Amino acid sequence: MPNDTQKISVKTTDFKVVGTTPDRPDGIDKVTGRAKFGADAYAPGMLHAAIYRSPHAHAKIVKIDMSRAGALKGVKAVVTRADFATGLAGENWNILENIMASDTALYDGHAICAVAATSALIARDAIKLIDVEYEMLPHVTDVDKSMASDAPVIRAGTADKSVPAGLGENVVRYHESGHGDIDAGFAAADLVIEDTFKTEATHQGYIEPHACLATLDTDGKGEVWCCTQGHFNVQKVCAALVGTETSQIRVTASEIGGGFGGKTVVFIEPVALALSRKANRPVKLVMSRSEVFRASGPTASASMDIKIGMMKDGRMTAASAVYRMQGGAFPGAPMEFTSMCGFAPYNLENVHQIGFDVMTNRPKQAAYRAPGSPMAAFAVESVVDELCNELGLDPIEVRLMNASHEGTKASYGPTFQRIGLVQTLEAAKAHPHFTAPLAENTGRGISCGFWFNHGGETSVTMALSEDGTVALSVGTPDIGGSRASMGQMAAEELGIPYEDVRVTIADTATLGYNEISHGSRVTYASGLATIEAARDTLKKLCKRAAAKWGIDEDAVAWVDGCAVPSGANAGDFDPLPIGKITRSMGRTGGPIVGHYEATPEGAGVSFATHIVDAQVDPETGKTAITRYTVVQDAGKAIHPTYVEGQFQGGAAQGIGWALNEEYIYGTDGRLQNTIFLDYRIPVASDLPMIDTVIVEVPNPGHPYGVRGVGETSICPPLAAVANAVSGAVGVRMTQLPMTPPHILSELGKKARAKKGGANG
Amino acid sequence: MVEVNLWSGLRSLADGHETVDVDAKTVGEVLSGLIRAYPALEDPIEAGVSVAVDGRIIASALDEPVNPDSEVFLMQRLKGG
Repeated sequence: MPNDTQKISVKTTDFKVVGTTPDRPDGIDKVTGRAKFGADAYAPGMLHAAIYRSPHAHAKIVKIDMSRAGALKGVKAVVTRADFATGLAGENWNILENIMASDTALYDGHAICAVAATSALIARDAIKLIDVEYEMLPHVTDVDKSMASDAPVIRAGTADKSVPAGLGENVVRYHESGHGDIDAGFAAADLVIEDTFKTEATHQGYIEPHACLATLDTDGKGEVWCCTQGHFNVQKVCAALVGTETSQIRVTASEIGGGFGGKTVVFIEPVALALSRKANRPVKLVMSRSEVFRASGPTASASMDIKIGMMKDGRMTAASAVYRMQGGAFPGAPMEFTSMCGFAPYNLENVHQIGFDVMTNRPKQAAYRAPGSPMAAFAVESVVDELCNELGLDPIEVRLMNASHEGTKASYGPTFQRIGLVQTLEAAKAHPHFTAPLAENTGRGISCGFWFNHGGETSVTMALSEDGTVALSVGTPDIGGSRASMGQMAAEELGIPYEDVRVTIADTATLGYNEISHGSRVTYASGLATIEAARDTLKKLCKRAAAKWGIDEDAVAWVDGCAVPSGANAGDFDPLPIGKITRSMGRTGGPIVGHYEATPEGAGVSFATHIVDAQVDPETGKTAITRYTVVQDAGKAIHPTYVEGQFQGGAAQGIGWALNEEYIYGTDGRLQNTIFLDYRIPVASDLPMIDTVIVEVPNPGHPYGVRGVGETSICPPLAAVANAVSGAVGVRMTQLPMTPPHILSELGKKARAKKGGANG
Repeated sequence: MVEVNLWSGLRSLADGHETVDVDAKTVGEVLSGLIRAYPALEDPIEAGVSVAVDGRIIASALDEPVNPDSEVFLMQRLKGG
């Protein structure tokens, strides 16, 4: 497979199904309410679970007394950490410690114990009867304060060997990369700008809370139904945490009401399994919204120093960055991706970046669309904007002058293969939005963004029915319309109508291991596997036709859904449609099933350029996004409408991150805004229609040139919106979110400075 | 021999070297060669790395071929949302 990928032949034209926009197979179920999500499963005798969570940011757990809760009528089981596997190490230990504390509550909302009862109400009442004795410990929730030498230590000895000596105990991982001579580069510049930026933690804001239904028998056999981006990962983690064999747990992924990276993580399924094992009954566990905010995985927050040197003509001479990323009470803040992504759009001879992974008393951060990259883009693209403003240069021309292209040595080291950044900038420059007149109090922001793509283990099966229709089984949960795009790619290869393919997200007992739906990998990797499974199927169909005609297999080709004789000596036979071959397959060799299992390694990186207009009310500080255009390289858009949806979704979430969303912690270390009324995500009335331009620069590692599109779209918005707001108010906004009070405060400082200057 | 570029954070584990030459025909042999040369690299490699070979980022497959003139960079393993 890997060698095949390298030599892959990329088809970019003459598609019949790919590039069209058929209805998604799950559409009617979702708009009519028939689709089954995580909380929609029921089982006979099912119990309901609830989790007791720490009200403290940092505290030693002295004693857990569950006697009153256990005695409540209707309570059937209670569990603590003692009911899970022992002897775990590495990430499995981190996951277990996060979902069920051992001896210390590490953040507000940290799970301490759980109950299962005959109703959800009784389970919640039982939680109130649990008595936990704590010994309070000092806490820290800010990344810069946590790096200080006198900061409370979250867990001594957690740092890995990458961390240089002399840093605080809470700095647990370190990244450094770059090339060239940045000192010489800065010395050669006509202008050097250095600035510091901060972003707060935000939540993915998926509408569906985490939910599952689990059964675990005393013999170690279990079943889990849950909403997740990766049910094979859930299977693996659950088996380890409850102490059984992986194959004994069968996990089925429900429909998913949003994930965006936040459902790549396991939070509740092992708890439900442990309760089920004790109660010997199925257990359903559904998080409340407050629990989702307090105890699932928000993004990292960031504190960043950026320095860029530029010549008067716009050429960049050097760039450096320090990224301090707060990742909660466990290692894992994505500082390496922040470091690698920040300067990736630029062809730099001299570049250097450092990243710190810093622990605090907050929930363990999780991925959120291109984890770490949006923060880096915010900081870097803001400084690029400052340089353009200072030097009186066009922001797109400067980016074009410095843009990475095929053959550029990336800021993180390797040489780029074929990429489409220049094409997105050219398309943005040509878009009417870029030159449209601006209204009063309105600024226009530009930003580029970069994200990797991923391959990962992938397994697909394609079974033909006697009537010639197709059952395609994939193992990557559909988080963005992927069943439609898989169906399209299968139909394209087989030469049959899209409607003749039914795509199912198969459970963990049905297919080989499939990596999580993350890293924008599904349309790339499951798509590639679908195409290869279809080609495997076609070989088998051609073999049946060859046998029927009595000719060599190599003398049969597949054209428009039919086997046809191919070549001078193949003979003269009528085309044999798929349905005629499958009708008799039971009598000509048995069922026809194509499959493909591999780890595709040809994922192509992706770039985007965004343009945004932001109007700021100087009286209230409220920002209105008045126009937004996303330009992104998709490689090949299999289903253009869903590609546009990904572009628009990333922009919408980025706008929320830029303007409103933030985790607010009190001085007591407790999260202050745990519901959507206090944590405001953008709604439709907050947004303009987000325009999109799909650029297609084929990825050489996919048969149709596909690049993942799900994540890159959230990389530019933070910076693009900040640049637009900065332009509108005449103040460089260096901290997110740019809430009305924050903007008014900056305007006040500006007015006072102006007044002071006038007086002086 | 294949020249392997380390990210700066790893250099302290490889006697300060920016690049390490290893005898390898595959990504798997690159990684095992690095560990043989500098055992301190085992922990970060086992924790998860990707290998960029001529610009292609290999996340998992140890059987990916590597040529003596390949550009090879060790990178931290990619995770996405």
